[in-house]
Amino acid sequence: MRLFLFYLFSGIALLSAVLVITLSRPTRALLSLIVALFSLSALYLLLDAAFVAMANLIVYAGAVLVLFLFVIMLQGIGAREAPLIGRFRLSYLWGAGLAGVAFLTLLIRLLGASGFQKSKIFSESIAQFGETLFKNYLLPFELASLLLLLGVCAAVSLVKKEDS
Amino acid sequence: MIPIGHVLIVSGILFSIGLAGLLIRRNILLILLSIELMMNAANLLLIAGSALHGEADGQITAFFVMVIAAVEVTVGLAVAVLLFRTRQTVDTYDIKWLKG
Repeated sequence: MRLFLFYLFSGIALLSAVLVITLSRPTRALLSLIVALFSLSALYLLLDAAFVAMANLIVYAGAVLVLFLFVIMLQGIGAREAPLIGRFRLSYLWGAGLAGVAFLTLLIRLLGASGFQKSKIFSESIAQFGETLFKNYLLPFELASLLLLLGVCAAVSLVKKEDS
Repeated sequence: MIPIGHVLIVSGILFSIGLAGLLIRRNILLILLSIELMMNAANLLLIAGSALHGEADGQITAFFVMVIAAVEVTVGLAVAVLLFRTRQTVDTYDIKWLKG
């Protein structure tokens, strides 16, 4: 059952990720990114990372993507893209093809590798997660809060109009 | 039991899709969306490693990645709004003059 859910949500995530980069209307691309993030949260839950799954839902799908939606709505019709064909020269594709072949070789080797087949799924409680976070990672945690504050100040001072 | 190799494959494909989006998109907001996709692929890999080894460190790193991604999106969107306000465009083709 767990394996089936894993493949189901991976399929949904990959499909909506492809939609994110191919749809030409920005709002639709954004909504399919939200679908991808929801299924990624389900994958995190399946991998026993409940806290990260919920934070992903709240922070990404709840806050960040709504911010994106506001900015896209602000632009209106100007945000629509040129069609895919006229966007770049086709002669550049050989490099992408080369990289794709290398990546495919890597994937096939990974499928055949035996060392990766076993997976010990642990079930750690959220209290243990918090204990590790606030004991071993206390300084990065505080620095992250400082970084958030700096980001907010930078955004406000960038967007503020000078003459008002 | 989820085989860890398959998680790696899903994460790799997701990262490649994000990279392809970064290369073929021309709207600056959709380039930011592709970067989000790549960060989430990395997060999936971190959480899979955390589940494999039975430690919480991978999850905590994924949490920090999420925080930093939120900051990056805030500043990036401010730059995009500024660009749209001064140039009336979000197409990266129109800001070619930014290169040195």
